[in-house]
Amino acid sequence: MAEQASIASATVTGEGVRRRDFINIAAVSVAGVGGLAVLYPLISQMAPSADVLAESSTEIDISAIATGMAIKAMWRKQPVFVRNLTPEEIKSAEKVDVTSLRDPQTIEERTKAGKTNWLITMGVCTHLGCVPLGAGEGEVKGEFGGYFCPCHGSVYDTAARIRKGPAPKNLEVPPYEFSSDTVVKIG
Amino acid sequence: MVRLFGPLVGLFFAVALFWSFGNGAYNAITQPTPATVEAEFHKHPKEISFSFDGPFGTFDRAQLQRGFKIYQEVCSNCHSLKQVAFRDLAALGYKEPEIKAIAKNWGNKAQTFDPKTGDRGERPNLPADHFPPVYYAGQGAPPDLSLITKARHGGGQYVYSLLTGYAEQAGYKNEKGEELLKKFPDAKTPDGLYFNPYFANLNLAMPAPLASDGQVTYSDGTTATVDQMARDVSAFLTWTAEPKLDKRKQTGWPVLGFLIFATVLAYLAKRNIWADKH
Amino acid sequence: MSFPWANEYKPVHPFMRYLDERLPLPRFVYNAVGGGYPVPRNLNYMWNFGVLAGVALVLQIVTGVVLAMHYAANAGVAFDSVEHIMRDVNWGWMLRYAHANGASMFFIVVYTHIFRGFFYSSYKAPREMIWLLGVVIFLLMMATAFMGYVLPWGQMSFWGAKVITGLFSAIPLIGTPLQQWLLGGFAPDNAALNRFFSLHFLLPFVILGVIVLHVWALHIPGSSNPTGVEVKQESDTVPFHPYYTAKDGFGLGLFLILYTILVFFAPNLLGHPDNYIPANPMSTPAHIVPEWYFWPFYAILRAFTSDFFFIPAKLMGVLAMFSAILVWFFLPWLDTGPVRSGHYRPLFRKFFYLLVIDVLVLGYCGGAPAAEPYVMISQIASMYYFLHFLVILPIVSSIETPQPLPFSITEAVLGKDEHAVLSATSPAVA
Repeated sequence: MAEQASIASATVTGEGVRRRDFINIAAVSVAGVGGLAVLYPLISQMAPSADVLAESSTEIDISAIATGMAIKAMWRKQPVFVRNLTPEEIKSAEKVDVTSLRDPQTIEERTKAGKTNWLITMGVCTHLGCVPLGAGEGEVKGEFGGYFCPCHGSVYDTAARIRKGPAPKNLEVPPYEFSSDTVVKIG
Repeated sequence: MVRLFGPLVGLFFAVALFWSFGNGAYNAITQPTPATVEAEFHKHPKEISFSFDGPFGTFDRAQLQRGFKIYQEVCSNCHSLKQVAFRDLAALGYKEPEIKAIAKNWGNKAQTFDPKTGDRGERPNLPADHFPPVYYAGQGAPPDLSLITKARHGGGQYVYSLLTGYAEQAGYKNEKGEELLKKFPDAKTPDGLYFNPYFANLNLAMPAPLASDGQVTYSDGTTATVDQMARDVSAFLTWTAEPKLDKRKQTGWPVLGFLIFATVLAYLAKRNIWADKH
Repeated sequence: MSFPWANEYKPVHPFMRYLDERLPLPRFVYNAVGGGYPVPRNLNYMWNFGVLAGVALVLQIVTGVVLAMHYAANAGVAFDSVEHIMRDVNWGWMLRYAHANGASMFFIVVYTHIFRGFFYSSYKAPREMIWLLGVVIFLLMMATAFMGYVLPWGQMSFWGAKVITGLFSAIPLIGTPLQQWLLGGFAPDNAALNRFFSLHFLLPFVILGVIVLHVWALHIPGSSNPTGVEVKQESDTVPFHPYYTAKDGFGLGLFLILYTILVFFAPNLLGHPDNYIPANPMSTPAHIVPEWYFWPFYAILRAFTSDFFFIPAKLMGVLAMFSAILVWFFLPWLDTGPVRSGHYRPLFRKFFYLLVIDVLVLGYCGGAPAAEPYVMISQIASMYYFLHFLVILPIVSSIETPQPLPFSITEAVLGKDEHAVLSATSPAVA
């Protein structure tokens, strides 16, 4: 548009042309800046709204989870696995050579000190986001005794670390803390 | 065709309208509409000013906190505020622990339902929760107050006027000096209702909620006169209805400034381009 | 399709040349709203409103699509979802106020555009088709605006839906079943809300399509102009771009300033407080009125208070309200005067101004309570409205003696036109 406008005012010579061109270019540029500014709210409106951000913590009662059992809770509309590990499961996780893992982490790094039996992870496979099996009663735990994702065959061990299959990372440990011995606050 | 039927259709409507007009005029003369007590005695809201009036006005947070206290201690006994969440109180200047405490100690608890057992129960409110609904079994239907100032002509002025406008009906006169009960003896306020000329039909089920000075104790030391309390809660309810008022005006000014600048430039460019064509 | 002296599109960049051979879209745009469209050089600011209406439609579509990402068309949650937009969605308050006030801006612009057409008789041959399509756009806009106002599911939404669909119940025999079919029930509820949402989303795109036809039809004879004298020669025109893009840019700036003032400083000025009360089928607001842009037609609807022979008042009102717009379709054949522009039609001009006042009076009465004196005033004003279009216009256009027209647009602008001297022997015809 500025180019066209300059053609239109080309009949005027010398300094006049430059000053006039400048105004036309400035007008078009300012309009462009305005158009870009309008994009900001139009894009920003799709980001999580205040009510979604506000529901970012959830409390879970873990008193009823017996050793060897697990439950699925919901946090940010996604499943969280809360698992009460048996001593054998902890041992089998400790036995693994950490350096041989795809995503090297010890079970201590993945649990809270003194509460190593409580394995709390997201129930979201790090491959493409399916919910792995193994937390519900009677579900397949996979060959490493942890979780097994049926979508693309990722297998997690008893510390929910990736051992086999396409997933790149261990199941994510969400931020959490023990409000008491029986209540965990996630988020 | 059009020039033949057009005028006929036009005359048809005109005659039908004239017929309606004639009937209306005849009725207006033979049976004039009787004056109604609402038309003669209803009053428009008092003209008071608020900190958020006008294009530069903003909320006074201290006032909003005082108004919230009035809502909490007085209004919330009967009126819901269900569009507002506890977390929104951050805009009034409350810090997160304060908001948590307000939510947790709120008299009405959040309702819970366990879909497995079918048990219903309650739990303390969390900051993410909206103010729980208030169920009112008595006479009248107290409206939800979230949007009340946007849902009434006059907004905050209306709420203030209603709260301070209760009057004794016996001997009540309007600006013209006519006495209500003499002019409309049948319009006596029924038992259980209260006379208030700022209310649409003059009688409402709510007794004056702000009855005496000092009904609420303000923590910031402001003297809690009835007038002050009414102003504060009206300001608070303006905030509940339009929480983005401050941000709206703050955004508006730069946008307007930019547009004026751009329009002046556009004008110069237009004149420039047209210079050789006039 | 265009004048012989129109600039030809000449792509410079090799890619643009390639594109021009495969898909000549840039050529199409250039010929439609670029340097390839010669436009009379004497257009005044009244000719800005067509482009502004297009911009207003785009603004409505953009804000509307975005609002639809957050709105829930369910009678149980619609009201709360609008409040969710106002309180929690990022910039949601601004987008909703922009959409609500955008509708008003759209109607302000379109009413100006229509009355420009009335004054300059833009509907006359060879531009009847542009006018007819324009009336179709206006009808679609009214339907869209009405259904949009129902979506927040406040008191005015609910009762507006009930009253307007109730108009159809005035039709003999099929009226009540028709109303129930429109609503999908006996009163507005979930079914009605959902279909209104669906259609409210669809119709703007239909409007967009009709606008394409409207502009297409415009490009056949080219734009009209304030003198009403047709383009005769190259000196009568300038290319649309940059001349009218620049002028429209300035007009757009003024439009946006007014829009901004409404959105940021008086967002509820044109709304109604009752629509912030959730819909309640058990209680009608004391004073129900549609949005301001429907007031003139609402006044005509309410003006019929007595049965007329065997026709019930209700049916008369409905017939008259629809006829008030349908009559515009016949305008090109009701006003048959040879001269277009109101500048050269002294008698016509007086009646035009009377019509403007009449419609403003109707608008005022339509927004006022259904009580005297407003009903009687709106009866008189409605009477004039119909007489103006159906009786006065045909008479005025046949008896009036127009003032002399300039020979050409060039003469009107520059005061002289050398061609006029050359062709002085042939009479100047509009």
